[in-house]
Amino acid sequence: MEFSRSGAPHLPPENTVSKVMLQVILALIPGILAMVWFFGVGVLIQIALSILFAVLLEWAMLKLRGKPIRPFLSDYSAVVTAILFALCIPPLAPWWISLVGMIAAIVVAKHLYGGLGQNIFNPAMVAYVVVLIAFPLELTRWLAPRGLIDVELLPGLLQSLQTIISGLPANLSWDAITQATPLDLLKDGVEQNQMISEIRQAPVFGNYGGRGWEWIANFFALGGIWLIWRRVISWHIPVAIIASVIMITLPAWLYDPSSNPIPLQHIFSGALVLCAFFIATDPVTGCASRRGKIIFGLGVAILTLTIRLWGGYPDGVAFAVLLMNMFAPLIDRYTRPRAYGKPR
Amino acid sequence: MDHSSIENIGKHLHNFPGGLKLKHYKALSCSKPLPAQQLPLSQEYIIPVSQHLGRPAEIIVSPGQQVKKGQPLSVPGNASSTPGAYVHAPTSGEIVAIEQRPVPHPSGLNSTCIILRADGKDDWIELEPVTDYRQLSRQQLIQRVQMAGIVGLGGAVFPTDIKLQGGAGSIDTLILNGAECEPYISCDETLMKQDPEKIIQGALILSQVLNIKRVLVAIEDPMDACYQKLQTSIKTLGAADCIKVVRVPMLYPEGGERQLIQVLSGTEVPAGKLPVSMGILVLNVATAAAIKDAIIDGKPLIERLVTVTGAGICEPQNVVARIGTPIADLISFCGGYTPGIASLVMGGPLMGIGLQSDSLPIIKASNCILALTHADISSPQVEMPCINCGDCVGVCPAGLLPQTLQMVIRAENFEALEELNLDACIECGCCDYICPSHIPLVDYFRYGKSEQRVRTVERKQSDLAKLRFDRREKRLAKQQTERRARHLKRKQALAGSSDKKDSVAAAIARAKARKQALTTTPRDSDSNTDSGEQS
Repeated sequence: MEFSRSGAPHLPPENTVSKVMLQVILALIPGILAMVWFFGVGVLIQIALSILFAVLLEWAMLKLRGKPIRPFLSDYSAVVTAILFALCIPPLAPWWISLVGMIAAIVVAKHLYGGLGQNIFNPAMVAYVVVLIAFPLELTRWLAPRGLIDVELLPGLLQSLQTIISGLPANLSWDAITQATPLDLLKDGVEQNQMISEIRQAPVFGNYGGRGWEWIANFFALGGIWLIWRRVISWHIPVAIIASVIMITLPAWLYDPSSNPIPLQHIFSGALVLCAFFIATDPVTGCASRRGKIIFGLGVAILTLTIRLWGGYPDGVAFAVLLMNMFAPLIDRYTRPRAYGKPR
Repeated sequence: MDHSSIENIGKHLHNFPGGLKLKHYKALSCSKPLPAQQLPLSQEYIIPVSQHLGRPAEIIVSPGQQVKKGQPLSVPGNASSTPGAYVHAPTSGEIVAIEQRPVPHPSGLNSTCIILRADGKDDWIELEPVTDYRQLSRQQLIQRVQMAGIVGLGGAVFPTDIKLQGGAGSIDTLILNGAECEPYISCDETLMKQDPEKIIQGALILSQVLNIKRVLVAIEDPMDACYQKLQTSIKTLGAADCIKVVRVPMLYPEGGERQLIQVLSGTEVPAGKLPVSMGILVLNVATAAAIKDAIIDGKPLIERLVTVTGAGICEPQNVVARIGTPIADLISFCGGYTPGIASLVMGGPLMGIGLQSDSLPIIKASNCILALTHADISSPQVEMPCINCGDCVGVCPAGLLPQTLQMVIRAENFEALEELNLDACIECGCCDYICPSHIPLVDYFRYGKSEQRVRTVERKQSDLAKLRFDRREKRLAKQQTERRARHLKRKQALAGSSDKKDSVAAAIARAKARKQALTTTPRDSDSNTDSGEQS
């Protein structure tokens, strides 16, 4: 009997790229639901819009570059990029924000650099930074979380759709439904030499982070821990980021709690938890060796805090991740494991 | 206290980095005892002359010749710079052809095979059993191992006599490797359960050859039955003070020589060196059993235990098969294929080689014939780009960066491979298996290694050419300076001769004599004579 010769390993593969990406999407669901609870269905509309644009652009770019469509569209990497971007923009941001963001992510950051596996910068963060710099006003319009505004003011599905597509309806005003984020307030307050305890009097602060935000972060962390348990991501980057933030901010807080926020405040506000588990762990633009991952995480933490404290933006995770993306190959170069039998 | 030293080998277990916890399918083939019924004689045996690592053996039979079972068909030859091994007739019969046939080899190429048609008598040549091997000298024992054509039966098929020859005097520990770590393969486990005494006797012979007091038999943790059987044999043979059975955790590729040494001793075999350099010799348990057969019974290596298994086989089991048996005969002995049969593999699922046909023969390296169904191999996977996930880094037992290596090889940047230690790769296939992008990493690494080898040879040649050129230049320059020096010396000698008058007088006398001798001398002959005098 004749057979076609196959190469080893002669076992069904344990994993596929699309399986990895699908698990990442699955792990994001608890955090997404928490965001919908606090900020309304706008979150879901943004996710849907971004996915739509991302998949269309991915398809067009694959076509242009003469790549096979099916295997690459079904790897879900564009979908993950779209969701992560959508979670970073205000829930009622106009639709073209998503479009611009996805052009930056899929066309520029991903395909112009050679497509899946070749991009230097995290596409979702490139997209976020592009829209953040290009449309600062739209990007600051964060809704007040549930519990801080009247429930009837929280925009419903139709109102949200209308706002995203054609602008705010006449019966609503941005001032009534948006609010400065905890990180905004913190930054402004510290600049005006207010005490932390004074700043934290604002209702937008919760028990240890921002109101609502801290719960959202908890649910993202839940998904992230599930990813670690499933071995989709390793623990090194999330632990390195969170531990570094605590270790850097703890001495300052111990030294002067009136002008330095408690470490937990740093972790549970902004996008830090989302970043630690889902963004900085992007394998393509990060480090591959274990030691490299720890250094990468440490770098993200230091840069985030630096930007939060001294930079022009209230949150710095996106910039921090992009800056560390540049360092990743160099870090990998210097954290090579020792090969078997080679001198220590 | 530092446990990681050769003195403490086997006392404490250590870890090796990476590795895979794989689902095992050993029970498929080794839950049953060996079949009482022997594999019937095949009509024709296909015996490749190159079944070992090294040179193909020199054929000493010719077509039409009648041979007996156990008669040597080919010998290693004299030029012993590269290793070789004997190959023997698996049964009695007639040599019908010596020709190129496909053989189980990763290249898929043909190789010289001796075709033997069995006469059905199965007549042995006259065997020379030994009643007390202790009377034999080391050299005699090694020679018997060589004459029996014994090679490493774990799959590496390195001629065992050469290993023993090289290790004599410098070895203090022998490790018998029974840590069969590929899922599906169970021939060593079966051997340890069925014939533990053979292995222990082999170990005792080996300890005499190597003049050592420490033999470790390494088996995998779950092999409880093997452990008991081996222990009993050790007791009955009174070898408890010298032979120890060590159970190592089940983790692929634990059975790799270098990984096993790391687990048992906590130290690594230095790069570019062999375990012998650490005083350790590793042999497969089946090799030890074959040594017992060769020394005590005088039987050459003409058969081995083969695991025939996989969902593609009706009755998976371990079978004693003669070297040269067409695989198809083994398959039909095991009830034939199941309807879903899709591919045939020699070896385990991680390192085995795909076979193009079941007409290929069993060779000394055939530890397992694995028949896989469509469900086992799933549809051919599309190769996706590397996403740098680092899973391969995590499982690599050699501490390499497979994802960087494949990138470098794709870019044909072969110079970088040395720095990335590609030579440390043992081709275990862990990275290949774990890769979510289904990149055939090991194939890339083999290609990279062969390119590296080609480059090394080319570099050596060009270095040699350069050396030759440099030497020639130097030689020429040296000749030139020497010539000049001679010249100068002579000039000085001429100029510095104090007795000028004498020399002038002598010259005049010479000139006169010349004039007398050759009255019609042409002018230029003067200079000729001059130079003649000078030299």
